[in-house]
Parts: sequence; C-alpha cells; structure tokens
Amino acid sequence: MIKHLFALLFGMAVGAAVFLGALFLNPLTTQQRLSPITVTDNDVVKLGYSAAAEDMLIYTNDGESRVDSHPAKVLQLWEAPIRKTRAIATVLTDSRGQAAGIGVKFSSDSETTNILKGQAIVDSVWHIYMPERGSLFVGQSENFWGYLREVVIPAYWNSADSWRGIWRGNVTAGPGALGTASVAGGSGEFAGLKSEGVEALSAKAYSVELGPVAIDGELSIEIPRKGSGASPDL
Amino acid sequence: MLCGLSQIGSEEYDRNANLTKLSDMFKTFVAGIVLGVVATAAGLYYVPVVDQSREQSLVIVRPNQGNTETFYANVPMDRILIGAPSQQSPVPPGLQWPDNEGFANLRVELFKIRNAKDVVVGVASRIAANDEIPGDVIEWVLHLPARGSIYVSVQPEPQEGGHRVGTVQSGTREFDHMRGEISERWVADTAESDDASAGRIELITALAAQQAEL
Repeated sequence: MIKHLFALLFGMAVGAAVFLGALFLNPLTTQQRLSPITVTDNDVVKLGYSAAAEDMLIYTNDGESRVDSHPAKVLQLWEAPIRKTRAIATVLTDSRGQAAGIGVKFSSDSETTNILKGQAIVDSVWHIYMPERGSLFVGQSENFWGYLREVVIPAYWNSADSWRGIWRGNVTAGPGALGTASVAGGSGEFAGLKSEGVEALSAKAYSVELGPVAIDGELSIEIPRKGSGASPDL
Repeated sequence: MLCGLSQIGSEEYDRNANLTKLSDMFKTFVAGIVLGVVATAAGLYYVPVVDQSREQSLVIVRPNQGNTETFYANVPMDRILIGAPSQQSPVPPGLQWPDNEGFANLRVELFKIRNAKDVVVGVASRIAANDEIPGDVIEWVLHLPARGSIYVSVQPEPQEGGHRVGTVQSGTREFDHMRGEISERWVADTAESDDASAGRIELITALAAQQAEL
C-alpha cells in the first residue's frame, strides 16, 4: 500500500514537472521581437534609459524585493495596496545618447497574469516631460514572460547564479490590438496627440542576488505627421 | 518428478504475482503523472498568481452625472521625490538630480496618495515646468494599482479659492473611458502638535464615463 502511495506521489511530481516543462518550452508563447512601430511611415521618437536600479534617479519598491531601492533612503512602497508596485524616475536619452527628458514610470503586477498562456503581465504607465517639446503619457500592459524564461530562470539554473548574454524583446503587450501601448500627449508639440508606442528591453547581465545588472530600455513612440491626422483611439 | 513440477509451478506463480504487483504499481505511477498534470493545470488556472490588495473606493455619485472621489498626499510624509535643480536637502537624501540646463525649469514630484479615510491607495507624479515652447505646464498622473491610472493637465492659473482645475487627458483600465476634471488644492495643517504635517495636497476628481461614438 505504501509502495503504491509512493508511486502515486512520485508520478504526481513527475506529472507536475512535465507540465511545467511543457509550459516553459511552449514555442507558442515566444515573445515577438519585431516592433509594429518599425513599419510605420510616421516619425518615431525613441527614448532610451538604463533599467538597472542604480542608474536611475530613484527606484523604489516594497523594500523586500530582490532589487534594492535607490537611493537607499528613498520612501518605500510598503503599504498593502501599493506593495506590488515599483516607481522610478529616470533621465531619458535620445538616439544620440543626449538627455532628452525625464520619465516617471509606475509598474504594478497585474491580476491578468496567466502562466498557462505564457503571460507575466505588469500594468505600467509613463509620465514623460521633454524640455522645449512637451509632455506625454504612455499606458501599457507589459508581458515579461520572455524575459523570465530566457534571462531570469536561466540565471537561477546557472551555477554562478547569474546570466550573461544578449536578450532583446518587446515587453509591451497592449492595450493596442497589435501589442502596442496607448500614448496621449499633454502639452507643447504633443498636445492632443493620440498615438501608439512600444517599449523594448535589451538585457546583458542578470544576477540572482542583485536582479538586473546590465539592462537598457527603449520607448518608441509614433508621432503622426502633421496633416496626416492622429491614429484612431485605441 | 511431481515435486519438481510443483516447484516450477510455484516459481512461475510467484513471478506472475510479482509482475502483476509491478504492473499495478506502474499503473499507479502513470495515474500519478496524469493527476500531477491535471492538478498543476488546475492550480495555475484557479489560484491567482497576483492578488492586488484593494481598499473600498470611496466614491460619491454626483446628482447630474458621474462621480467624485477625493485623494490626499500628506506633505512631507508622503513625498517620495522632489526633482528640482540646486536643492540643499534633496528628497530622497542621496538623490543626484541631473545638472542639465534643459531641466532648469522643471520640477518633478512623486507622492503616495491616500483616500478619504487616509489610507494609502496609490502613487502619483506631478510635473511642473515653465519652458518657452510648452509654456507653463502642470500635470498629474495618479496610479491606483488595483484600478488604473489617470493623466491630468492642470491649468496653471489658480481659480478663486486658490485651487487649480485640470482636465483628464487619458486613463487606463477602470479610467480608460472616464473623462472629467480634477481640482488641486493645498490645505495647510493648522494642528499645533509636533508630528503635524505642513499640510496636504487635495485632489478631487469629478469623472464621468465618456459617451461612446456611434
């Protein structure tokens, strides 16, 4: 009887491992790497930033996560309703690496996360100000499944508890039908703008102890040409 | 002779019995695999991976249409960041704000925001700038993790009574189709206790669902 119980439990463990392995290797959940913005005829504003916490002006979370807040004495988001939220403020650079603006990003783990569908969703918004140009708001759902699968989990499997390599992927997964973010302009040359955007990450190193070590982000925002009219509302 | 045959028959019987036991155990193992697959799938389907903590929304329905909600940020306790040039005591301590000429007329602030019951329900950013091209700019983004976000442009000139009025430009999730106004007001704290705040920023939303275009 005990032997049968052991066989059943062992079988269940194998079954769970097989299922999780199939989920992990599922080729249908591979993240798209080509941005829909790349095929647009309109102008595209590209804003880059370092997504490593210590390179930002501030990075704050619940204070118990793997990534330490920066600077160390920044107010932490420990209250229950904001415990699964991260806030950053960072300098955004243009394609030549020059400071182009300041961006504030709030990201919260999303209840629409569905591991069965390969969706590790984060709801995030950007509040961007570009001196002498104006301000923008970007609202998006991001899917970090590809990043988890190809960077974070391999770092845990590595005997050195780290990952090094080159990984690039679009993390924006909505709300636009083509997996684009919704963009609204607030002031200056962007006043009244309704458009779309895509955020991509480019990772080079990840540490189990410290989190992302060398990682860059890039926001691509489509700016409809004057006279062509704005994109339809998403 | 008969004794030998009987012994062979007994060994055969034992072997068959062992094979039957092994076969039963293998069946149990296979059943375990199926059960493991089903249990893992069910667990991932029914148990939420993310469960955001929610506070009851303290919404007041307006008599004409829409609703209002009040949010606060206690100053300085709820202030996460003051991003401005040449600060003697930066908030947070250790902040290195970029010494860039382009950011000279820019002030970025981040706050925790509270509901009418003084419970933290979200975070917010306030950007104020005075540049030649956009002119005077004051904007808020309110981010309520369990609900969504609101993007507001505020008129720089204060109204009678000292409050400023802003227009909702965009929103996400619960606020995706909500439009309306937000008033921003500074309320000084008149309490004389030692742990009293300097005051609070009061944000009152007046939102209504946008009519769908037919």
